[in-house]
Amino acid sequence: MVWIFGEFSRDKGARPLRLNPFHPVVSELLTKGRELADKLGEELGIVILGYGIDLTDFCLMVSDFGIDKIYLVDDIRLSDFNVEPYTSVITKIVLKYKPNIFIAGATSLSRTLFPRIAARLRTGLTTDCTALGVENGLLVQTRPAFGGNITATIICPYMKPQMATVRYKALKSPKSKIQSPKSKIQIIRESFTKIELNSRTQVIKFIEDVTQKINLDTADIIVAGGMGLHSRENFKILEELALIVGGAVASSRPPVDNGWISYSHQVGQTGKTVRPRVYIACGISGAMQHLAGMSSSEQIIVINNNPNAPIFKIADIGICGDLFEIVPKLIERWKWK
Amino acid sequence: MKIIVCIKQVPDIAREVEGTIDLLNIASIINPLDMYAIEEALRIRQKFGGEIIVISMGPIQAKNGIREAISMGADKGILISDTNFNDADTLATARTIAAAIKRIGKFDLILCGKQAIDGETAQVPPQIAELLDIPVVTFVRRIEEINNKYAKVERIIEVGIEEVKVFLPTLLTVVKEINEPRLPTLKGILRAKQTEIPVWGLALLNLSADEVGIKGSATQVIRTATVKQKREGNIFHSATDESIELITSICNNSS
Ligand SMILES: Cc1cc2nc3c(=O)[nH]c(=O)nc-3n(C[C@H](O)[C@H](O)[C@H](O)COP(=O)(O)OP(=O)(O)OC[C@H]3O[C@@H](n4cnc5c(N)ncnc54)[C@H](O)[C@@H]3O)c2cc1C
Ligand SMILES: Nc1ncnc2c1ncn2[C@@H]1O[C@H](COP(=O)(O)O)[C@@H](O)[C@H]1O
Repeated sequence: MVWIFGEFSRDKGARPLRLNPFHPVVSELLTKGRELADKLGEELGIVILGYGIDLTDFCLMVSDFGIDKIYLVDDIRLSDFNVEPYTSVITKIVLKYKPNIFIAGATSLSRTLFPRIAARLRTGLTTDCTALGVENGLLVQTRPAFGGNITATIICPYMKPQMATVRYKALKSPKSKIQSPKSKIQIIRESFTKIELNSRTQVIKFIEDVTQKINLDTADIIVAGGMGLHSRENFKILEELALIVGGAVASSRPPVDNGWISYSHQVGQTGKTVRPRVYIACGISGAMQHLAGMSSSEQIIVINNNPNAPIFKIADIGICGDLFEIVPKLIERWKWK
Repeated sequence: MKIIVCIKQVPDIAREVEGTIDLLNIASIINPLDMYAIEEALRIRQKFGGEIIVISMGPIQAKNGIREAISMGADKGILISDTNFNDADTLATARTIAAAIKRIGKFDLILCGKQAIDGETAQVPPQIAELLDIPVVTFVRRIEEINNKYAKVERIIEVGIEEVKVFLPTLLTVVKEINEPRLPTLKGILRAKQTEIPVWGLALLNLSADEVGIKGSATQVIRTATVKQKREGNIFHSATDESIELITSICNNSS
């Protein structure tokens, strides 16, 4: 069996909306999961943990993906993500149903949960994969390392399940619909005792980041600024561009260190790793530590007034010039589009 | 308060300008995010007193990183090193580090960096926590409150900040926002030079050779490839109409 973890989303920009409230990575995983399951001649299942789950909705949402089974744990103590009860619940159903492969999105939730589950099961886990395939009956997992300079291909030959997390948008999933929507999805409910759901951590409150209108991890377009912006005020023109193209604002590290923009916007080695469809770098020189967080973006557009700035080396399109002239031109052009 | 900080020596990839990484000849540094873990430990000790033990699993050269942490103010360090530990995956690494922590004995807090810049897995800390059966909170940007029983911390997730209460002993992983690491002092550097750094090998840990290194690993790397970062850029020397048009159409062409 191939299992997908059906993580819920708190992301406002989540797409496709049809699959809300799942995290958008889930539809990519289901597509990939079906492909792997077909290659191996296995069933596809999804694991859903939460509280007050409306199953009819979910069956509709996931039926297109050719799912065979839904494993459902609905309990008030699972309404917030707490790693310990989530680990207990998932390891128990893994041990009961013994999936061959278990895949989740590389979200902050799964990047905490999956290592813990893998350690409890004494099995392997490959995080942040960019490609998954099957060779000799095994899951073959490819992931970047060293700031995107190397990829490693990894297998987990002796232990089960073979576990992986996959970054959103990393899998080039086919656009086409699944051929075989299942007419009958089997729903398996599991319940747990209070002791099994015990937790030594507790979420006290959640504060939404209002500075992020669209979140960096799921944004289609990212408009990023660096020291070339010269001041906090000047970030406004990037915000304007981002708003008009429907993108998110990011930053290199020095503007964050200067307090011009909050840390949640920092891209790079000590910030976030992003992989949008389009990354527009304005006034960023292209230090290795910055590239580590964005070099695998699909299209990279560079605006910089120094023709020797290293960032031009990874540009698909670059304009050598003053960003204070070029960005307003882009905004203007957009308005008339 | 007894605090254990896990630091990893990593190749300083930023020094490689042209992209091809020669892993054997590259200089090593303390994983940048681990510097914040060291600093946070120093700040907690400032308030509560106690002891900071820095541990690192790696080759003998990893003593340099431990010395650097001591020069910043950590009390002592232990190097976890043995040829049996070579080529460990995250599970075998976490198992080895957890065994060393068990040997250290009672502790209140373990601090780690969010992730290492070489493997970038962020996997080892939650796995250490699991193997020690203690709670874990990842991506911590602020410790609001900490006492002998519990800590209240803020962690960064994609869409905001979560405030979490966690009972001690626990493991926390930290992000850059949490503090500004201090520089070593001259006194610290002298002290670090004189400090003996014990090396713990397999014989000292309660593990068999099958549980560590490549034998104890669940995963195997079957191939690696270098990625060419350079792109064939279409570079314009001014903001021509054509360039603006091109950018507009790329942005519009939504997936
Ligand atoms: C341990 C460590 C971790 C780090 N982690 C990160 C990280 O996570 N992320 C990160 O980004 N950095 C990180 N850095 C910092 C990194 O090394 C660089 O210092 C940083 O990325 C440079 O930021 P910048 O490109 O914005 O600034 P600069 O290097 O100052 O570049 C500014 C650019 O703007 C251009 N410019 C100036 N004016 C204009 C104008 N009017 N129009 C157009 N262009 C203009 C200039 O030509 C220049 O290329 C880290 C450093 C260390 C040591
Ligand atoms: N070999 C190691 N020795 C000590 N600490 C480590 C080691 N590997 C990982 N860590 C800790 O775990 C964190 C995350 O590393 P990683 O899981 O490799 O991305 C690091 O920032 C360190 O705090």
